[in-house]
Amino acid sequence: MTIAPTQPERVAPARSWFLGALYAGNARTVVSRGILATRSTNYLVVLSGFFEPIFYLVSLGFGLNALVGPVHTSTGQLVPYAAFIAPALLAVSAMNGAIYDSTWNVFFKMNYSKLYQGMLSTSLGPLDVALGEISLALLRGGAYAIGFMIVMQVLGLNLAWTAIFALPAVLLIAFGFGSLGMAVTSYLKTFQQMDWINFVLLPMFLFSATFYPITVYPAAIQWVVQALPLWHGVELVRGLTTGDLSVAMLGHVAYYLVMVIVGVIFTTTRLKALFLD
Amino acid sequence: MPAPVITATSLTKKYKEFAAVDGISFEVAAGESFGLLGPNGAGKSTTMRMVGAVSTRTSGDLSVLGLDPNHFGPEIRSQLGVVPQADNLDQELRVRDNLIVYGRYFGIPLRQISKKADELLEFAQLSDRAKSKVDDLSGGMKRRLTIARALVNDPKILLLDEPTTGLDPQARHVLWDRLFRLKEQGTTLLLTTHYMDEAEQLCDRLVVVDKGTIMAEGSPAELIRTHSSREVLEVRFGSERNAVVAERIAGAGDRIEVLPDRILIYSANGEAELVKLTEAGLDPITSLVRRSSLEDVFLRLTGRSLIE
Repeated sequence: MTIAPTQPERVAPARSWFLGALYAGNARTVVSRGILATRSTNYLVVLSGFFEPIFYLVSLGFGLNALVGPVHTSTGQLVPYAAFIAPALLAVSAMNGAIYDSTWNVFFKMNYSKLYQGMLSTSLGPLDVALGEISLALLRGGAYAIGFMIVMQVLGLNLAWTAIFALPAVLLIAFGFGSLGMAVTSYLKTFQQMDWINFVLLPMFLFSATFYPITVYPAAIQWVVQALPLWHGVELVRGLTTGDLSVAMLGHVAYYLVMVIVGVIFTTTRLKALFLD
Repeated sequence: MPAPVITATSLTKKYKEFAAVDGISFEVAAGESFGLLGPNGAGKSTTMRMVGAVSTRTSGDLSVLGLDPNHFGPEIRSQLGVVPQADNLDQELRVRDNLIVYGRYFGIPLRQISKKADELLEFAQLSDRAKSKVDDLSGGMKRRLTIARALVNDPKILLLDEPTTGLDPQARHVLWDRLFRLKEQGTTLLLTTHYMDEAEQLCDRLVVVDKGTIMAEGSPAELIRTHSSREVLEVRFGSERNAVVAERIAGAGDRIEVLPDRILIYSANGEAELVKLTEAGLDPITSLVRRSSLEDVFLRLTGRSLIE
C-alpha cells in the first residue's frame, strides 16, 4: 500500500519574534501526552502521594490538638491547632504533587526514556516541553490540593469564605515548585544527586512554620526559613483559610511568580543545551 | 538533477578540541537516497543530528530544505522524519497512541492524525498490535514503529541513523522493503549505515566517511569501479604458508592484499588469476572468485584495523 500524503492541514510552527526557535505554541500536546501516559500506567502511584498530608493532618492535627490548644497565627489571630496546621499541609500537598512529577518523573524521562529527545526532534521547541511538563506537575499538585481542600472543608478547618482563594494560591504554589523542581532536576545526573532533593525538602517541610509559629526561632533562623519557598506558601494559604488577610500576602505571591519565571527560564535553557546542543 | 534539498559545505562540529565532523561537503537531491557509510565514531550520527536541526554546527554552511538549521530549527524539523539510532519510542503509551501523540507534537489535528495512524500501522505491518505496549514488541517491530512514527508528518526528508543495526535477517529484509517503497514514492532518504549490503540495497549515492572526513563519494557501482577491481579471488594456503606464497605471487592481478587467514587478489578476471596460480604450482586449500563489493571499497578506504 502507499501512504497518501495528507498535506493540507499541516500546521506551520508558530514563530514569535521574541522566542524564535524556542517555542512552537504547542505545549498543550505535551500536557495531553502526560495525562494519557499517567492514565495508562501509574494512576495508583499518583493516588498514593495524596494521602501523605492527610495522615499528618489526622495524626498531628487531632492528636496534638488536645495537648496544644489554640495557636496564634503570624497576624495574631487565635485559631484551633488543627486549623493552624491544615493550611500548611495544604501548601505541602501542592508542593508534593508538583515535586513528584517534576523531579523523579522528569529525571527518568530525561536520562532513561529519551522522551524529550523524541519530542525535540519534532517541531516542538524546548519551551513547549518545559511548559508542558511543568503544567503537568502543576495539575498533579493542584489535584492533591483540591482533594485536601475538600477534606478540610468536611472537617470544618476552613474558617473563612476567603478559603476559596486558597485554590488559585495552591495552583501558583504547585506551579512554582514544579518549575523550580524541573530546573534543578535538569542539572542532576545520578540517583545519589536526586536524594539531595529529599534532603532539602524534608527539613523545609518540618521547619516552615508548618506545625508551630515561626516566632519560636531566634531571628537568624527565622530569616533562613523566610528565604525558603514553602514558608511563603504556608503563610499565603493560612491567611486565606483563616480569613486573616494582610499586605504581606502580595509579597508571597510575588515570591512564587519569580520562582515560576526563574524555573521556566532555567528549564528551557537547560533542555536546549542538553537536546539541541 | 533536481535542486538539492540538503547542501553541506565544509560542515564541521567540534566538541572542545575534538572534531567529530571535520569539514565535510555533500549535496542530496530531492527524491534521492543518499548514504553516509563509515565505521563507528566516523561522525555519521553527528552529521545526521546537524541535518536534523538538533545540533548546531561549529563552522561551515548547512542548508536543509532551503533553510539554515541554526535559525529555523522548528520549521525544518516539522518537515523531517527522524529514525534515531536507538529507539526512543514512548514506553508509557500504547503502539497506536505513540503515533497519535507524536503527530500532535507537529500540531496535526486529532481527526487527521487518527486516520493517518491507521494507515501507518498498516504500512508498518503492525495493525494487529495497535493496542500493544511498546515493551512487548520485538526489535524489528519497534524499528518499524519508529519508522511509521517518523512518517506522521509526511516528511520531505527521512533521516535514518543505522536503521537495521541489531535486527535479524528477516526483520532487516522487511524493513528494506518498506524503505524501498518510500523511496519509490519519492521520499528523500538520508541514511547512515555500516552494513555494505544495506548501502548497496538502498543508496543511489553515498559518501564513505572516516574520522569526520569524506574519503570517497559516488554510486555504489562507481565506488567499486574506482576503488576496487571487478572481481576478487580469495585463496587460502593455511596461516603458515600465506606470507610465503604472497611473496611468490607479488604482482598478480591489479593488487593483492595479504590477510592473516587468506590472500585477496583484485583483478578484472578472477578465474584467470586462479588458473595462473595453479599453473605456477601453487594449489590453494580453498579458493573463491566473487564480485567486488562495497565492503572491499570500504575496507580499502577506512583500513582493516579495528578503530575505536
